[in-house]
Amino acid sequence: MTELPNLIPLLPEIVLALAGMALLLLGVFRSTDATRLIGHLAILAFAAAAVLVVIFGDARQVTMNGLYVTDAFAVFAKLMVLGASAATLFMALKWMEQENAARFEYPVLVLFAVLGMCVMISANDFLSLYMGLETQSLALYLIAAYQRDTVRSTEAGLKYFVLGALASGLMLYGVSLVYGFTGTTNFESLAQGFELDQPVPAGVVVGLVFIICALAFKVSAAPFHMWTPDVYEGAPTPVTAFFSVAPKAAAVALFLRVMVAPFGDLLAQWQQVIVALSVLSMLIGGFAAIAQTNIKRLMAYSSIGHVGYALVGLAVGNTEGVGAVLVYIGIYLFMNVGTFAVILSMRANGRPVEGLNDLSGLSKNRPVMASALAVMMFSMAGVPPFAGFFGKFFVFKAAVDAGLIPLAVIGVLTSVVAAFYYLRIVKIIYFDDPAEQFEPIAPQARLVLGVSSIFVAIFFVFPLPQMVMGASRAAQALFGG
Amino acid sequence: MTAFVFYLFAALSVASGAMVVTARNPVHSVLFLILTFFNVAGLFVLLGAEFVAMIMVIVYVGAVAVLFLFVVMMLDIHAVTLREGFLKILPLGSAVALVLLSELTLVFAGWVLAPDIDAVRAAPAPDLAELSNTEAIGAVLYTDYIYLFQLAGVVLLVGMIGSIMLTLRARSGVKRQDPLAQAARPLEDCIEVKKVAIGKGV
Repeated sequence: MTELPNLIPLLPEIVLALAGMALLLLGVFRSTDATRLIGHLAILAFAAAAVLVVIFGDARQVTMNGLYVTDAFAVFAKLMVLGASAATLFMALKWMEQENAARFEYPVLVLFAVLGMCVMISANDFLSLYMGLETQSLALYLIAAYQRDTVRSTEAGLKYFVLGALASGLMLYGVSLVYGFTGTTNFESLAQGFELDQPVPAGVVVGLVFIICALAFKVSAAPFHMWTPDVYEGAPTPVTAFFSVAPKAAAVALFLRVMVAPFGDLLAQWQQVIVALSVLSMLIGGFAAIAQTNIKRLMAYSSIGHVGYALVGLAVGNTEGVGAVLVYIGIYLFMNVGTFAVILSMRANGRPVEGLNDLSGLSKNRPVMASALAVMMFSMAGVPPFAGFFGKFFVFKAAVDAGLIPLAVIGVLTSVVAAFYYLRIVKIIYFDDPAEQFEPIAPQARLVLGVSSIFVAIFFVFPLPQMVMGASRAAQALFGG
Repeated sequence: MTAFVFYLFAALSVASGAMVVTARNPVHSVLFLILTFFNVAGLFVLLGAEFVAMIMVIVYVGAVAVLFLFVVMMLDIHAVTLREGFLKILPLGSAVALVLLSELTLVFAGWVLAPDIDAVRAAPAPDLAELSNTEAIGAVLYTDYIYLFQLAGVVLLVGMIGSIMLTLRARSGVKRQDPLAQAARPLEDCIEVKKVAIGKGV
């Protein structure tokens, strides 16, 4: 007779899984006219999970035979994922109704994707990591191909699926090498093994590089970014909005945990790989975005660049660096959710538009929307006093403190390049001749846009100290402090 | 004797694996894939892992490969057009393969077991004399690894939702039988009683 494992820390995941199944049944019985109801219930489930995460997650607990861990780091990352998912789902429902594409499977699949993300964030073993990653990825492939009647959506889904399967293969190969050379897949046992101060077997290092490649694919860091622009452009806009925030935050959190928890003592082995990924992502995010004319494609390159900046903090590899990454990603979520609230509202003549020149002269047609978008763009470019500046500031400060000065210099230079295309959007909105007027912004998008632009604008007054404190607590928890 | 059987299975599986990627006809590729699976199952039996061997045959050969075969037969694939870019990417591909091969050679050349490796082993397999390996798997699958088992169920559920979502179409204008509506029709709508005069039709 075996003892029942402690299920209390697992409650958020259990709630998400049960909610997913219950809403699926509800959807099957009520058919598509219940999409809005199911969407709102899914948001409620996210809120319930967030409450449970805050109540039960904070102290470090390991359960399910060492497969699952919760700590302050997991709490921080899960709150980011749950919040971003709820905001994007909230906006998506209205867009889908307007497009006549509302189906109840969408909120259900988002719920299962978020369940996978929570499992990933709380993984304490390569096995649970892989199961979470697959739950998440499978649901994401499906919602990328969600509008199956349009060629671009199905193409996006297929591309994402094929390349994602390749990344999963790389991950499994790397994990099998690590397992073969160490005899365990558990993060704690691995960390114990590497503490022993023996020469690290070459097999572990090769496996580690494979795992880094797979994770770089999932966070879309260059040179594993090729799928990102195509998928972001082809997928329906609310799906792109979701892709650019929640899975990104979850994958970055997973990246941090995998690098720090089991392989923290191998910093010398992986630091150079992360530095290379970071520099390439910053360069590609900066230069490739300049030529784009489609705003979703532009946001894809922008997100590649932002991942590059976040990886600067990981390359530092200490508490300060990891805390800076968490602050950076937290700010990035608000900026991206706000920007996508505008992109979702880009509708002219009853259909969505996504060209950059459709935005021209927006300040004359929709002044409030234009000023909110301008705030987002200034923040993304890293202009003080907006939130984006502080994200970059903490990351670069951590890099300079740790002596990675060339990396910080490259980061500052590429953010100047990136500022060009962000500010070009501001120029298009304010100084070009007005294009066709957009339809009125939906109330959901207006609410999300309002909250996120206020956050970005007054970040240095209100949530800055709290967020930095939370992030540094989370980072300390990750380093076992 | 065991060594001979091992080399037989190993050589056959490598050879048929090579045939999978070089065969001209995709159907032949799938058939060679099935042969590979059988040989690998044989290797598992040699290792004393009869459960994994049977799963290999039942799941991979019985379900996956047969499904592959159907898909390959249904898709109209021209092997010749598939190979058009082959020569172009051959140098790059073989360079990558060579780098990987040399890396792996280095890896396995430097193989040493740490003296205290036993301390970090996660789930040591029980002695075969005490417990058959089917029982051993059963003992941990639903206890120690229940979390992963349940998650695998979620992955399958998501796959099921997805395949239905991407293929099911609600077509309008299709006449379907609705037994409930048929049974609920009032009598007056269904039967009409008419007086028929003698010598005349209705």
